[in-house]
Amino acid sequence: MKRYMRAFLLLPVGALFCHSLLAAVLPEDRADALYHSYNGGGVQVTGPSILVRKSIGENISASANYYVDAISSASIDVVTTASAYSEQRTETSVGVDYLHADTIMGLSYTRSSENDYEAKTTSFNLSQELFGNMMTISMGYAQGNDVVGKRGDPRFSEDVKRQQYRVGLSQILTKNMLLDLGFETVTDEGFLNNPYRSVRYLDASSGKGYSYEPEKYPRTRTSNAAAVRLLYHLPIRASIHGEYRLFDDSWGILANHFQLGYTHAYRSNWIFDLKYRIYTQTKADFYSDLFPYSQSQNFYGRDKEISTFTSQTIGIGVSYAFLHNWRAIERASLSFKYDYILFDYQDFRDLRDSSAPAGSEPLYTFSANVLQLYFSLWY
Amino acid sequence: MKNISLLLSLLLLCACSAPTPWVKPYERARLADPIMSFSRDPVSSAYTNHVYQAREGARGAENGQGGGCGCN
Repeated sequence: MKRYMRAFLLLPVGALFCHSLLAAVLPEDRADALYHSYNGGGVQVTGPSILVRKSIGENISASANYYVDAISSASIDVVTTASAYSEQRTETSVGVDYLHADTIMGLSYTRSSENDYEAKTTSFNLSQELFGNMMTISMGYAQGNDVVGKRGDPRFSEDVKRQQYRVGLSQILTKNMLLDLGFETVTDEGFLNNPYRSVRYLDASSGKGYSYEPEKYPRTRTSNAAAVRLLYHLPIRASIHGEYRLFDDSWGILANHFQLGYTHAYRSNWIFDLKYRIYTQTKADFYSDLFPYSQSQNFYGRDKEISTFTSQTIGIGVSYAFLHNWRAIERASLSFKYDYILFDYQDFRDLRDSSAPAGSEPLYTFSANVLQLYFSLWY
Repeated sequence: MKNISLLLSLLLLCACSAPTPWVKPYERARLADPIMSFSRDPVSSAYTNHVYQAREGARGAENGQGGGCGCN
């Protein structure tokens, strides 16, 4: 009886959202204020993110986002080849979505600014619902123009042009299951390496047995990513999801990740999340931890992000909803998420251990704690 | 032979018509529950994508859309 009572109490919740599955609708009017914190590998990144979305009339929805990364870095690269630094990245974006029948067209503009990096991206998206609103197909195109600078060298200025092509498909499979497919190609052209980062090569004349020189990347990169996601509603008010993504690029990196998650609603106010994610990648063709001699090949890099590694994430989250239908407010919620990420590198060595011969240092590993605390308001 | 031709013609005609929704609108209450969203909170999804993008070689086909970033 209690179970049926619960189902009965949930009916209005279903009815509230049900219209979104009967016709294309614009995203909900809501505002979010998030504080984020990343701490791992000697790097601390904190800051706010404010996202506001409001409809204008029946057919238009506008959004704006203000996001900050306040970075304090003493990472393994910085410790071994440079000195610790602090900087701030500010990102602002505005977007507008237009609904016509079962079609939504969206246009957005994003600008990201750092003292040594400027990025501007314009994005266009189109989605169409089909077959009794059981299927949604979407496609998108984005173009980004970046300008790379270098601290201490005002004359240094390099360009990067990025293009993204996306297609997607969402499908209702059963009354309990949703499928989502995505494919994206990204092309980059320009200065793609980091102007501060160096590679190391064997050098008998050096006391440590190796020396450094600036890295040199190819000036083009093309990547493809394909993802499949499934979401299943369990007999109780809980859901499980699975996600798999396969990635490859023209630099020789092959990556895939798998994620499993469980979401559990408790009473009408609480939602709990649990997830596990594992990611693996192979190195880029021009990556090496230690090159045999200076300029030993056309391109050379020693960025751990293009090395061979595995990362694993365990995440938990809790969300509490309140203020239901209070004045102009539909509802509000307070959410907290915590992710623990473990990075395990297979060919990137920890050079802080100077006792080992060059090339025999221990492999690098580190863990990161990622926190999110956010307040959401629907109106 | 005539029967096979008729069957093939019928199949072709079926292929031309739009498929009937096999999950009726009144059966979609569970799918409309917030716990059945691939990206329940866009502000959080965008941040999580950014955390991974900045530290992994892979990119694209993420759940939810992030903005452009100066990740280098």
